[in-house]
Amino acid sequence: MVDSKQQWKAWLYLSPAIILLLVFTVWPIINTVRMAFLDGYNGLAIVGGARFTVGIANFQKVIGLTSFKTSLYNTTLLCVLTVPISTLLALLIAVALNSIKPLQKLLQTIFFLPYVTNSIAIGMVFAAMFNIVGNMGTAGNDIIITAGIINNLIELFGGEPINWINAGSTYAANITVMVVYIVWNALPFKILVLLGGLQSINRQYYDAAKVDGTPRARVFTRITVPLLSPMLAYVIITGFIGGFKEYSSIVGIFGEDMGPAGAPHRLNTIVGYIYDALPKMNYGQASAAALILFAIILVVTMINMQVSKKRVHY
Amino acid sequence: MAKNKNEIVMHERNIQNVSAKQRVVKVMVKVMIYLFLVVMALIVLFPFYWMISSSLKSLDEYRLTVPTFWPRQVIFSNYADAFTTASLGRLFLNTAYVGIVSTLLSLVITVLSAFAFARLEFKGRETMFAALLGTMMIPGELFTITNYATINTFGWMNTFKVLIFPFLVSVFYIYLLRQNFLQIPNELYLAAKVDGTGDLKYLWKVMVPLSLPTLISITILKMMGAWNSYVWPNLVANDPAHRLITNGLRNAFTDATGDVNYPVQMAAVAIVSAPLFLVFLFLRKYIMTGVSRSGIKG
Repeated sequence: MVDSKQQWKAWLYLSPAIILLLVFTVWPIINTVRMAFLDGYNGLAIVGGARFTVGIANFQKVIGLTSFKTSLYNTTLLCVLTVPISTLLALLIAVALNSIKPLQKLLQTIFFLPYVTNSIAIGMVFAAMFNIVGNMGTAGNDIIITAGIINNLIELFGGEPINWINAGSTYAANITVMVVYIVWNALPFKILVLLGGLQSINRQYYDAAKVDGTPRARVFTRITVPLLSPMLAYVIITGFIGGFKEYSSIVGIFGEDMGPAGAPHRLNTIVGYIYDALPKMNYGQASAAALILFAIILVVTMINMQVSKKRVHY
Repeated sequence: MAKNKNEIVMHERNIQNVSAKQRVVKVMVKVMIYLFLVVMALIVLFPFYWMISSSLKSLDEYRLTVPTFWPRQVIFSNYADAFTTASLGRLFLNTAYVGIVSTLLSLVITVLSAFAFARLEFKGRETMFAALLGTMMIPGELFTITNYATINTFGWMNTFKVLIFPFLVSVFYIYLLRQNFLQIPNELYLAAKVDGTGDLKYLWKVMVPLSLPTLISITILKMMGAWNSYVWPNLVANDPAHRLITNGLRNAFTDATGDVNYPVQMAAVAIVSAPLFLVFLFLRKYIMTGVSRSGIKG
């Protein structure tokens, strides 16, 4: 029974949401596709009355650009490194947390703490920890060099200090810092989801394993992991989606330059590339890059789903 | 009885031995588990510890080649300096304003939409709901480009409007609240209608109180979102009058010529982080339920 008064009311209640979504969500979807397929589309040229032909020149241009290739490479590398590391660590921590009673709540709270932080702010703390140069000689040309707490710790254990993020640092060192920070940032959400999954596994499976005298490692690989696989698939998929949109954690450590002093944009990501194009009103290329990003996320998600279908036990 | 039968004694002893061994293994495993967790917890906590300890040091002490693990002389003036260097007061007011206004508007919109989807019958309801959920798959960066152009056309650059409106409607929150509304029995609604209670009154007196936990979750996540947002504000409202806190924090310490006063910077970071920790401490339950269902940060 659909009476017309309810119809009218429903659309009234939905109207604020619909209007805002039309302007800021639906139109952008259409317009982004449109701009991506208009050759050389540019916000400044459109003011000048320029007309554009339909084509794929934006995509060709973007794919050919070194800056985009660097961004794509960095993003992919960070994803491939951080998702497995953070998932594995989170799994170990969640299983460990699930197997203890005293201190469980306290440790759980500590592990969730990085989640409620500002990724720019804490990125600055990481930068301070890895930083080497305290003062590059301003007043009186004095150069004060501090090793930075991470290097102090490395030396404490007998290692050699490393130039992590300062001018002249290597790409590998930069990436290492980013991996450490991104994993640190990604752990809480994964632990939360995996621990929730573990706590909902029926105890009977473990009791049965105990009766059979199954060794711990076997219980882990044959009971825990399979029964946790939906949750694992979920954190891996969201991990990849988040990973391909990596941006602000790099700004947190390296600033808007997206790289150490002397090598700006060395660590740029796809999202960073899109944002860089905006103030130049290079909308066509930015849109093309955004669609490429969307396609990558879609493909990676679909591959994950396909793998899940074979491996996940619901 | 066992005195005479040595074999049985031997057997019992064996069992005792085995169980003792098992117990040792069990304790060892427990110790290893705790050791692993404590080490990981220390690693997780280390940046926070370093932030606080650095923020209380003098610049000279911070630059010592052999670092001190706790300031020899605790200096609180860094916090005052941070407030002035980054003009945190102004940033704080800006962020509070944007956070409160966008949260209130977002709550109203979310409640009305969720009510329409959960209780009212209209043509195309399911299709429209599915379409809304579909938009959640698309990465936000795809919207940003056109929104940036739209904002330019509207002349909204460097205003509070641009920080409030574009991301006001969250499909995820509508979805969350609709699920909650659906659990409230429809009989209540029909009874209210018989009594002649209006929709809005019913919504306010029955639906909203019954789904308060979800609304609180939404409020906290939305406020945290304003507090932590960086990318969009940095693009469209980066003037001193409208700058938000995260932006201001990043900008205040980047124009420096490599000569960064880290203790002051760490103090500023601590000030920005403090409200988040307070919220976390007191409202953890709401954050965790919201987060585990969304998979999004802020």
